[in-house]
Amino acid sequence: MSAASSQPWILMAIRRLGNAGVFLLTALGGMRCSFFHAGETMRQIYYIGARSLVIIMMSGFFVGLVMTLQTYDTLTRFGAGDSVSTVLGLALFKELGPVLTAILFAGRAGTAVAAEIGLMRATEQIDALDLMGIDPIERIVQPRLLAGFIAVPILTLVFNFMALLGGVFFAIGMMGIDPLTFWGNMQNSIGLWEDFGTGMFKAVAFGVIASWLAVYFGWTAKPTSEGVAKATTHTVIATAISVLLLDFVLSALML
Amino acid sequence: MKSSNQVEIAAGIFLLLGIAALIFLAVEATDSGAVKSGETYEIRAYFTNVGGLKPKAPVAMAGVTIGRVASIELDNESLEARVLMKINSSFDDLPSDTSASVLTSGILGDQYVGLEPGGAPDALADGDRILLTNSAVVLEQLIGRYLFNSDEESE
Repeated sequence: MSAASSQPWILMAIRRLGNAGVFLLTALGGMRCSFFHAGETMRQIYYIGARSLVIIMMSGFFVGLVMTLQTYDTLTRFGAGDSVSTVLGLALFKELGPVLTAILFAGRAGTAVAAEIGLMRATEQIDALDLMGIDPIERIVQPRLLAGFIAVPILTLVFNFMALLGGVFFAIGMMGIDPLTFWGNMQNSIGLWEDFGTGMFKAVAFGVIASWLAVYFGWTAKPTSEGVAKATTHTVIATAISVLLLDFVLSALML
Repeated sequence: MKSSNQVEIAAGIFLLLGIAALIFLAVEATDSGAVKSGETYEIRAYFTNVGGLKPKAPVAMAGVTIGRVASIELDNESLEARVLMKINSSFDDLPSDTSASVLTSGILGDQYVGLEPGGAPDALADGDRILLTNSAVVLEQLIGRYLFNSDEESE
């Protein structure tokens, strides 16, 4: 890192990207060993997945609520208020669900993972593991990566479910849209694979990005309190930007 | 710190929650949900033109949705569109001379099948056919007819 300051920023950025890629491949390459750490992975799924449920569920519900409110208000001007479930379902499953979940996940769990690993580095726990002959990548990085890969798609599903609940609450409960029409329009217009499936594919991709960046920034954090603070900040910024960018690329590819 | 047993149970519940959400969303909110059938009975009607009618469009009587279009196929012999409709079993007393028309809700709205009750004493049963039908109004044909008529009048 000492030579980095003399390099132009673009080279530094490319080097950092390559560094992160090598880090991910190293971690994934040794994944077969992590099979024995299924218990640790389960624990991480609890800490970064199950503990994120509250924010995901609350956000999902209100996103669904406000989405339905706004689309219903606009659609009724064209006499198409009944189509609100179509718009809600498509926007939710294809875009909002995966993207918002990944960004919320970065804020809730990504920062926690980055700070935890960064502090382990700062308090020399990682060096201690190394000295004891325990591979810190296998012990610390892999379970968190794997847990993130599993947790983000599940959180996306929960987000979608809660947003749908919010939509149902507003459209059927408050605006009195016929439930048969609401569900019928939704089932009419949303394909299991081409809409719901692509959304879930995105969720898996975002899960990889979000947990990879969190673990990477924690792992490479400078062992100071400032370094840990920077690592958490960078995790959120990098995840948000790459998720939004990747979302555009994936949408364009799969349209 | 909780005991690792509790933590793993919580993680397991989380995974199950994900699977439950997946099944619910896939079945209820996408086109695979058509498989499930409530208490319905089936009637059919033949139209010379169904316009933009699609499967799962509502079937309404007096503006109230009472069923869904199950399938639309071309009948090979009469070359008409055969529309199968699934009607909710709670509406099992529709007169047998009920007529069906393909209507549009609003100007840009979706098309649906509107049923008009007749006066016959016997009711439509499962598998019965609606004899009186009105096809969809196709805008181009209407305009064509209008132009044609005004042409004749001017001569």
